Amino acid sequence: EGQISSVKPKTKRSKRFLESRAPKLIEDVKTAMIMKGGNTSQTVTQALKDIVSSNITRPFEDSTSLEFFSKKTDSSLFLFGSHNKKRDHMPNDVCVTVSFVLFAGRLFDFHVLDMIELGIEKYVSLSDVKASKCPEGTKPMLVFAGEAFDTDNEHKRLKSLLLDFFRGPTVSAVRLAGLEHVLHFTALDGKIYMRSYRSLLKKSGCRTPRIELEEIGPSCDLVLRRTHLASDDLYKLAHRQPKALKAKKKKNISHDAFGTKFGRVHMQKQDLSKLRTRKMKGLRKRKGNVVAEEQDGQAPKVAKEAEHTE
Amino acid sequence: MAACSVEALLAKAEQEEAEKLKSISVQKELDLEFDIGNLLACDKNRIDLREFREQKKEDFLRSLARDNTQLLINEIWKQPTERVQEAIVVKLPDPATPLPREKPPPKAKPPTKWEQFAKLKGIQKKKKTNLVWDETAKEWKRRWGYKRAKDDTKEWLIEVPETADPNEDQFAKRVKAKTERVAKNEYNRLKNIARAQKGKVPVMGLATSTQQSKEELSLAVSVAKTSTASAGRFQDRLPKEKAPKNMGKKRKFEPLIGDFSNERHKQLELLKLMDGKKPKLDITKAVNKQMREEDREEAAAKYKKRAGKKGRKGGNMSGKGKGKGGKGGKGKGGKAGGGGGGGGGKRRGKPGKH
Repeated sequence: EGQISSVKPKTKRSKRFLESRAPKLIEDVKTAMIMKGGNTSQTVTQALKDIVSSNITRPFEDSTSLEFFSKKTDSSLFLFGSHNKKRDHMPNDVCVTVSFVLFAGRLFDFHVLDMIELGIEKYVSLSDVKASKCPEGTKPMLVFAGEAFDTDNEHKRLKSLLLDFFRGPTVSAVRLAGLEHVLHFTALDGKIYMRSYRSLLKKSGCRTPRIELEEIGPSCDLVLRRTHLASDDLYKLAHRQPKALKAKKKKNISHDAFGTKFGRVHMQKQDLSKLRTRKMKGLRKRKGNVVAEEQDGQAPKVAKEAEHTE
Repeated sequence: MAACSVEALLAKAEQEEAEKLKSISVQKELDLEFDIGNLLACDKNRIDLREFREQKKEDFLRSLARDNTQLLINEIWKQPTERVQEAIVVKLPDPATPLPREKPPPKAKPPTKWEQFAKLKGIQKKKKTNLVWDETAKEWKRRWGYKRAKDDTKEWLIEVPETADPNEDQFAKRVKAKTERVAKNEYNRLKNIARAQKGKVPVMGLATSTQQSKEELSLAVSVAKTSTASAGRFQDRLPKEKAPKNMGKKRKFEPLIGDFSNERHKQLELLKLMDGKKPKLDITKAVNKQMREEDREEAAAKYKKRAGKKGRKGGNMSGKGKGKGGKGGKGKGGKAGGGGGGGGGKRRGKPGKH
């Protein structure tokens, strides 16, 4: 599809709008769509609101077309919560298992890239935990613990997806006192435990503070269920960075293993026979009327040199 | 004694130092992987399931989180810091983890016709101010756009130049020139877009590229044929292609001063006709014209009937009948007068209306 539309924007405002939606060299922060399924319960809604309170664009009531909504809101991440009641018909008993399900995913070019179904086993909402909360919008510190995040393919993708969701805008510097929020994900025993803490920086005697954690915010125990992951080629394609962003290498500068910086200087060819290793004032060239002056000048100069050498 | 106490002091100092460092040091089997740009830490160490089950879950998780966060903070504190408006700020490196993009990177747009020319000539873009001082209105007005400074279409007095026709509407002329410029600009913009998308640049008048009719295609072929340096005079025709009908000249006029005898003859014929008593009525032509009129009226009536049904009830089938009657009479009269000779042409078996 052509990126240049033949429809010309008639106002500056519409022009800015179109430009913000067009593909850019350096992209903005990803926004997420939060959607509720047909039969969501309060718990799930609460869960959705808590988890991504700072990234909500607009909650939708039905999920007709994910890609359509993504185009409308210009979001590339989505979180879809639903609540399934399964009736198991046992011989004498009818049990109802209720499962809360969260679909987290991201899009590339308005097509689904990855989508992961997570079952929520235990959920503790923000309001349930009585503690002072971090101000909204703080960039959280993210910690992933557990071998699975490094070995299992699906867990690796989940880690990348969670990173995309929670990392917030990329900044060049951060206030030291503002490093308050910590999100900790532990992959253990087939489950993923998400905990949210507030970090308190205590005095430790040296420059680096000691950390104490206070649990705040929502915590949930998730189970990885079905996944719909992108193929390797599509994944690679989505990672392709424009050439303009590649770091420019400075020519003729190299670094040692020890960190020493080396430079290279290119010289023209020198005639080594004309190389002068000693300074001899008498042989210096003079400007202007050379012959007469030289004879006059030579005498006192030579005398001076003689003085010097003595 | 002094030496002893000094040693003791030193030992004590060392112990204190160690204790201080202990508070921020964490022992791990494998070092964590850090991505400071994203404030991310990855702990790959194996977690002992037994320990997890023995302790209270939350406490275990919290202590694990505390250790990992401590290591992350230690790493962050190693970064260079600076003071920005009463706050100490640590400078973060670029994020190291590759994450997928939202949309594919934008493709470089090919330069437009003007951009190519400017590059060739070395013309630099000069930054212009948005507002210009307008002397007559004594205020700052836009350089272009709504209520701009020098809008020549908005002038109330235009001097008619000496070379111009005094009956010409100068105001309309300026408005027309403006619309022409706007149309030309739009056309050029679309051509630039087409060129950028490597689409075929449509020739004026053959804009559509979807589902062209037979006539449009033949027109396109003929235009393409004549678009050579010698205007298509030496273009070979395809084996079954027919010679084009005369597409250019629509009327042929006799030369002003040429054939005198022919001209004399023609003028005498004309005088004879004007003198003659018989009405100059071409019967075939009249009949054909009448039939065409009838067809047209019928079609219009049908159309109106349909429109009437959809919209209001009962269209107005006004004086069509009267008109038909009158013309029919004349036609019939003509036929009778002209005799059998002229009654040819497309005669259909329609009863005459009297």
